[in-house]
Amino acid sequence: MSQVPLNYLNATKGLKSWLFTLDHKRIGIMYLMFIAISFGLGGFFALALRLELLNPKELLFTAKQYNQLFTLHGAVMVFLFIVPSIPASLGNFLLPLQLGAKDVAFPRLNLASLYIYVFGGLFCVYSMFSGAVDTGWTFYTPYSIDTSTSVISMTLGAFILGFSSILTGVNFIVTIHKMRAPGMTWFRMPLMVWSLYATAIIQVLATPVLAITLLLLILERTMGIGIFNPALGGDPVLFQHFFWFYSHPAVYIMILPAMGVISELVTAFCRKNIFGYKLVAFSSLAIAIISFFVWGHHLFVSGQSDYAAMIFSLLTYLVAIPSAVKVFNWIATMYRGSIQIKAPFLYFLAFLFLFSIGGFTGIMLGALSLDVHLHDTYFVVAHFHYVMMGGTVMAFIGGLHYWWPKMFGRMYSEFWAFIAWAFVMVGFNMVFFTQFILGAKGMPRRYYSYLDQFQPLHAFSTFGSWVMAVGFILMAFYLMDSLLNGKKAPDNPWGALTLEWQTQSPPLTENFIETPVVTRGPYDFGQEKRS
Amino acid sequence: MSMTLKKPHHVAHHFASEAQEFESARLGMWIFLVQELLFFGALFVVYAIFRWWHPETFMEAHQYLSWKWGAFNTVVLIASSFTMVMAVRSAQVNQRKSLISYLSLTLIFAGVFLGVKYIEYMEKIHHGFLPGSFFSAQGVSEYLHLFFGIYFTMTGLHGLHILVGMALIVWLLIRSFRGEFHSEYYTPLEMVGLYWHFVDLVWIFLFPLLYLIG
Repeated sequence: MSQVPLNYLNATKGLKSWLFTLDHKRIGIMYLMFIAISFGLGGFFALALRLELLNPKELLFTAKQYNQLFTLHGAVMVFLFIVPSIPASLGNFLLPLQLGAKDVAFPRLNLASLYIYVFGGLFCVYSMFSGAVDTGWTFYTPYSIDTSTSVISMTLGAFILGFSSILTGVNFIVTIHKMRAPGMTWFRMPLMVWSLYATAIIQVLATPVLAITLLLLILERTMGIGIFNPALGGDPVLFQHFFWFYSHPAVYIMILPAMGVISELVTAFCRKNIFGYKLVAFSSLAIAIISFFVWGHHLFVSGQSDYAAMIFSLLTYLVAIPSAVKVFNWIATMYRGSIQIKAPFLYFLAFLFLFSIGGFTGIMLGALSLDVHLHDTYFVVAHFHYVMMGGTVMAFIGGLHYWWPKMFGRMYSEFWAFIAWAFVMVGFNMVFFTQFILGAKGMPRRYYSYLDQFQPLHAFSTFGSWVMAVGFILMAFYLMDSLLNGKKAPDNPWGALTLEWQTQSPPLTENFIETPVVTRGPYDFGQEKRS
Repeated sequence: MSMTLKKPHHVAHHFASEAQEFESARLGMWIFLVQELLFFGALFVVYAIFRWWHPETFMEAHQYLSWKWGAFNTVVLIASSFTMVMAVRSAQVNQRKSLISYLSLTLIFAGVFLGVKYIEYMEKIHHGFLPGSFFSAQGVSEYLHLFFGIYFTMTGLHGLHILVGMALIVWLLIRSFRGEFHSEYYTPLEMVGLYWHFVDLVWIFLFPLLYLIG
């Protein structure tokens, strides 16, 4: 006799109904929980190492502890947080809904990927407590062969997490090919789906190479097979090639889903069809394809041949084309749109601004001569944080706010969301814009002490990290609060047209009462009535 | 109602039809195999690079492998691929008895392959042809330990895939005894079959590259 209509959250009760669920929405929510915890953990390490950098000499941590801190920050943020972030949580929740399907193609595999993720995560956590690894998240040989810290448990963790990522990728590709509702043609799919598709291709093609590389590193440490060890006739640069053959495409595993979220946000809050749908869709695939041919730009100073470096530099520039196509199309979408300034749109603006800076500085680093000067400085650190955090994290949070009412049936507080956004935005730029300047002046990355003249800038960057932390803590509070006290969300609070908004909030276990029949594009604003 | 032990197959709730379910599984398996290809592919790159750098090492090292055992195992695996195909075919034409015998034959061939591999490994270990820092054999070339690192990694991972395949075949056998596979439903057979042919194919590349150099 309850007032609440039946939905995926209250359909079945008890812990077991969650642990053994095959519902993509519940699996997405559980992923979201673990991903949020990982983000908190990685953020904690970041705050700790920024604190150490407040002072040019040793403050709280020894050199070795500092090395462990930045390694754990990187490894947790990359493998546990950002790679699975959008696809595994929002993607899992949304993909079948946006396609008009009842579930992903392989629900059991989906649940398995969650458990594999947790299992891999346990290895990473174990590594933290058993002589935390200090190689940097890139595990470069030969140091990673010799260090006494626990390399094996962390790489084994990353190896296992890789399989979770591969299985998600396989599942998504098949779902997109085979599970679309009647009338859902390829060009009627939301752009979020296109970007998840491009992401899944990279997940399937690149991750196994990381898996084998990490396995070889483990064999190197246990049996000394010598492939990456110069002392035994092996080649450490080969490790770098293998590692970046995965890890550069992995950067696009991180950013492509974010671009999908951004396409949804800009159309929903401008109430306007996307400018150049097909170009935005195909640019995702173009980025996925080019991403496999640029890894060498991480090795400009590692001793690869000059010709290889020139070609990699040129190919790196090519990535800018599809990326810029997207950025310009989003801007053009806003033109003469009916813009609503809500929290998700604020994060869209943050993304546009920060990702553009991240992208431009990426072009600078792709230039051979400039890279030699800037290589391994804070300039690089600032660049990839502008892309990864300013891009992916901003889109992730924007998407989280956008779909929050759909996921939990509650509205968050717009007022507090705006305050938190302002803190995050100001704090982020304080932390990382400063680092562009530091890097250009020659401050190398991964050092726990530095010349006195850099202190004002380092201190300013550290203050920024506190401002940003305040923003994220606020966000955690008002989002949790909304679950208990938030206003009940209507089915379609933003007036968006994609399918997930055409069912109830939160959705039924089977997503739709009747399988929807699609007769129009995902963003045909102003034409709804005609269909 | 027929008297046979045919268990009807129920399409999973989120699929609209049997065809959609089958096609999804097949596409998923192919994509998974692409992933496997990249996994082994990286090792083949390692092989190519080190052979390019140390051709004389590879020339010498292959003499320490027994091409006869390798050839024997190649024949065994090709035979097992054939019996696997016949197993799928038997299910398609509703011949449960021959389905079970073909699956059992495939399992036996896989066991023979691993048995031979065990004999080969033991012989290598006995003579000290071990990977990397464990290498203790007498040889001319300086980098023999690298070759045996590559040899053990590649054949070891391949052997692991055989082992996984055997577990899958046992699972298929159990389900075949229960009469779950017939002309209307044989998806798992087809999928494990694809996997098995892939593992077979990897060996067909490994054999000449490791045993037949020069």
